[in-house]
Amino acid sequence: MSETILSVRDLTVAFDTRRGPLTAIDRVSFDIGRGEILGVVGESGAGKSVTGSAVIGLIDRPGRIAGGEIRLRGERIDNLSPEAMRRVRGKRIGMIFQDPLTSLDPLFRVGDQIVETLRTHTDLSGRAARTRAIDLLAEVGIPAPGRRIDGYPHEFSGGMRQRVVIALALAAEPELIIADEPTTALDVSVQAQIITLLKRLCREHGTAVMLVTHDMGVIAEAADRVAVMYAGRVAEIGPVASVIAKPHHPYAVGLMGAIPTLSQEADRLSQIPGSMPRLTAIPKGCAFNPRCPKVFARCRVERPEPIPVDASRVACHLYDAAERAA
Amino acid sequence: MSGYDLDAGDAPPVPLPEAKPSRLARWRDSDLLANFLRSKTAVAALIATVLMVALAFAAPLVAPQNPYDPAQLDLINSNLPPIWQADGQAPYYLGTDDQGRDVLSAVLYGLRLSLIVGGLGVLTSGILGIALGLIAGYAGGFLDTLIMRVADVQLTFPAILIALVVDGVAKASFGSALDVGPLIGLIVVSIGLSFWVQYARTVRSSVMVEKGKDYVQAARLIGLSPPVIMVRHVLPNVTGPVFVIATINLALAIITEATLSFLGTGLPETMPSLGTLIRTGNRFLFSGEWWIVAFPGLALAGLVIAINLLGDWLRDALNPKLQ
Amino acid sequence: MLAFLLRRVIQAAAVLAVVGLIAFAMFRFAGDPVNQIVGPDTTVAERSQIRTDLGLDDPVLVQFVRYAGNVVRGQFGISYQFRQPVSQLLAERMPATLELAFCATVFALVVGILMGVYCALRRDSWIAGLFQAVSLIGISLPTFLIGILLIYLFSVTLGGLPSYGRGDTVRLGWWTTGFLTASGLKALILPSVTLGLFQMTLIMRLVRAEMLEVLRTDYIRFARARGLTTRAVHLRHALKNTLVPVITIAGLQLGSVIAFSIITETVFQWPGMGLLFVQAVQNVDIPIMSAYLLLVALIFVTINLVVDILYTVVDPRLRLSTGRAA
Repeated sequence: MSETILSVRDLTVAFDTRRGPLTAIDRVSFDIGRGEILGVVGESGAGKSVTGSAVIGLIDRPGRIAGGEIRLRGERIDNLSPEAMRRVRGKRIGMIFQDPLTSLDPLFRVGDQIVETLRTHTDLSGRAARTRAIDLLAEVGIPAPGRRIDGYPHEFSGGMRQRVVIALALAAEPELIIADEPTTALDVSVQAQIITLLKRLCREHGTAVMLVTHDMGVIAEAADRVAVMYAGRVAEIGPVASVIAKPHHPYAVGLMGAIPTLSQEADRLSQIPGSMPRLTAIPKGCAFNPRCPKVFARCRVERPEPIPVDASRVACHLYDAAERAA
Repeated sequence: MSGYDLDAGDAPPVPLPEAKPSRLARWRDSDLLANFLRSKTAVAALIATVLMVALAFAAPLVAPQNPYDPAQLDLINSNLPPIWQADGQAPYYLGTDDQGRDVLSAVLYGLRLSLIVGGLGVLTSGILGIALGLIAGYAGGFLDTLIMRVADVQLTFPAILIALVVDGVAKASFGSALDVGPLIGLIVVSIGLSFWVQYARTVRSSVMVEKGKDYVQAARLIGLSPPVIMVRHVLPNVTGPVFVIATINLALAIITEATLSFLGTGLPETMPSLGTLIRTGNRFLFSGEWWIVAFPGLALAGLVIAINLLGDWLRDALNPKLQ
Repeated sequence: MLAFLLRRVIQAAAVLAVVGLIAFAMFRFAGDPVNQIVGPDTTVAERSQIRTDLGLDDPVLVQFVRYAGNVVRGQFGISYQFRQPVSQLLAERMPATLELAFCATVFALVVGILMGVYCALRRDSWIAGLFQAVSLIGISLPTFLIGILLIYLFSVTLGGLPSYGRGDTVRLGWWTTGFLTASGLKALILPSVTLGLFQMTLIMRLVRAEMLEVLRTDYIRFARARGLTTRAVHLRHALKNTLVPVITIAGLQLGSVIAFSIITETVFQWPGMGLLFVQAVQNVDIPIMSAYLLLVALIFVTINLVVDILYTVVDPRLRLSTGRAA
């Protein structure tokens, strides 16, 4: 991996409730390099989006970062003042949300929203910002950008709006983009276009991307590496090809089994019995142990730490040297 | 106020006979009571309301004087300040007005009158609104359109304006020198005609929802007549929202009566409600006899705020969407 | 858009027609108009002569058409009390009411929006709690009681502000204004606050609720993710979106302000249409009552129409969608 852009170490996010803090993200660690796309997958509630929000500093009350650190090019950003963090948002980290229909302010022209972002983060004058905005719209593939720049969001289709959102995220040339389910709300036919666009732009600009999704198809298509999350923890992280072809963590094995591929018989689609625990009832030891087909005594008492297995890191006692030897 | 969850009454569609005695138990077990006891404001508001209502209806027993009986008024005792001021005299704890009327007694009797008129007004508007809402929802068609259009037009006008117009027209028709009895009736009708719309709208939309449900169809197949179906099966489902509207409207009805009386078109000075007392007391504001207007004003404000707080709590408690 | 407006105009006309019918019915059937004109010693023959002269023996439909024709030409009959044309009486008093309603609305809007925004942005502060408590009182207390309280505080106890009348007014054509003299402006303060207080609390509660809603939307989250300053997020994006629905309600409230001025004008002996109306009700002056009713209906209907148009101007989504606007 080339230069590391984002480095997350033991990130812990807690939500304060009346019954005490709930841990939504529990000691999550990963890196993303320059121009690299890291896919983050998991079921809904696994903590993917919260991780993204934590990185960009948008955890809403009553949530808070309870531990660990987040570094952007080696510089800690998890403990910045709100004002300093605001300068990082949009400027150094861009974000793309799930639903393009609701991500844009309906009362402002798309051009004004781009110009506003540019003027917040750059020294561009009004006219130069407008020119740059038109360039950005052209870059994300919006036809007739010189005319469309004065349109309101409701005049754009869903796919076009997501392109505008991407243009907004890229406006200040950030080093990192967090894309939170960027294609989920789109038509299947448009999804591929958006993924291709995202990939192309990141390659061209050398932007690191954290691609949060529950769709393994999107991961397979776009990501370089993938982190599989379960109950607020990273179960397995490694190169996409190897995680998909040869997953190690029993949860990842189940998850990969759930992707229908053309070569597989549809009825062979294996499923993991049970469902992910609620935050209030995360079991002791490995969070996956009640559903795990290979569970053994140690899993119920001791939480597994990530250990290198092949090209990946896997948090599972099965791969512990001691267990293997036994 | 259109946020009531009308589907909330989904639970058991046809109330089984044996389910009846458990209604109290069901209420006791529900979250409503626990929620109520947790809300300090609601408890305080309820205590204040009950206290004021009790005092008002016990007025003939507890009040030092009957303010409606001119024989008990003594001009020698006029314009006395409250008891804690230098010239205060027992038993005129809150002072007296220019005719020697005991302010405390006047307030208690006025409170009673305000509550009676307001309560009757709410009852009238409730019955009118529920009946029209049931008819509009169940009959549909022309009747529905007619009733709801009238409701729309009326909603554009503030209730007080409608009450004033009804009042004025009635006086023009029957002559302006009405006895107190018919006068109260007239004010009650004015209030009833001013506030029926909200009930009608709520009940109508609820009827529209219930009408299509299987149990109503079943009841119809058994051969129950529409009025029976309406009253026995549909009506119980709207008691929650109707009760909330009634509580909030009680405050509004009391304010409306007070305002009519204040404007001089309500209850006369010989039989004053709180509004009338404030109207007459207002004249003494500049001459220093503040207590003549202050205590009726406080009583009215306290009553209305307490009822409103109760209504607010009730609305939130019965509407899970707001939480 | 045009079809939408046309439908609104037809609805407005229908409302006016219904109110006109009621006004006519009052005019014609509430009490005997002849009794109001003649003295007690008029003979029966004279009475029936007057009846014929007034056209009271014509078919009701003919009378209604005649009434409607008169109303359209601004003729509402002769006041029983003042023996003057009602239209003239109303015209004399209209400026007082409109100036009062204008000041009350400005007060309600400015203070209501400021307090509402504050309560939404600093929802946990004690000042927000105080505002909420005050608003509950403002919404509960009858207008006349607030007026009396203000008079007691600022006229009786502190002194300085007048408790009745308009002060000195300046005549501009047929309009009289209190805006041009010091005493006229001073006289406006207490009545405006009294009249506007209820609307102010309403607007405050509305702005608060609406803004809290808006602050939870995706486009606000996205605006924050773009690194816009808090100021821009709150005061540009959130406020503008909050104000769209608020405009509708506040506009509709303007009609209520004019109608509610009945009470305020009575408390402050303000020489406007409301005071005229109350005196008419007290003295059973039916021509004034019916004319006032019609006038208020006309004002309400006009305001509703203007608000509808304004709404489409502010919200671009409604501006272009012609047929869909329901």
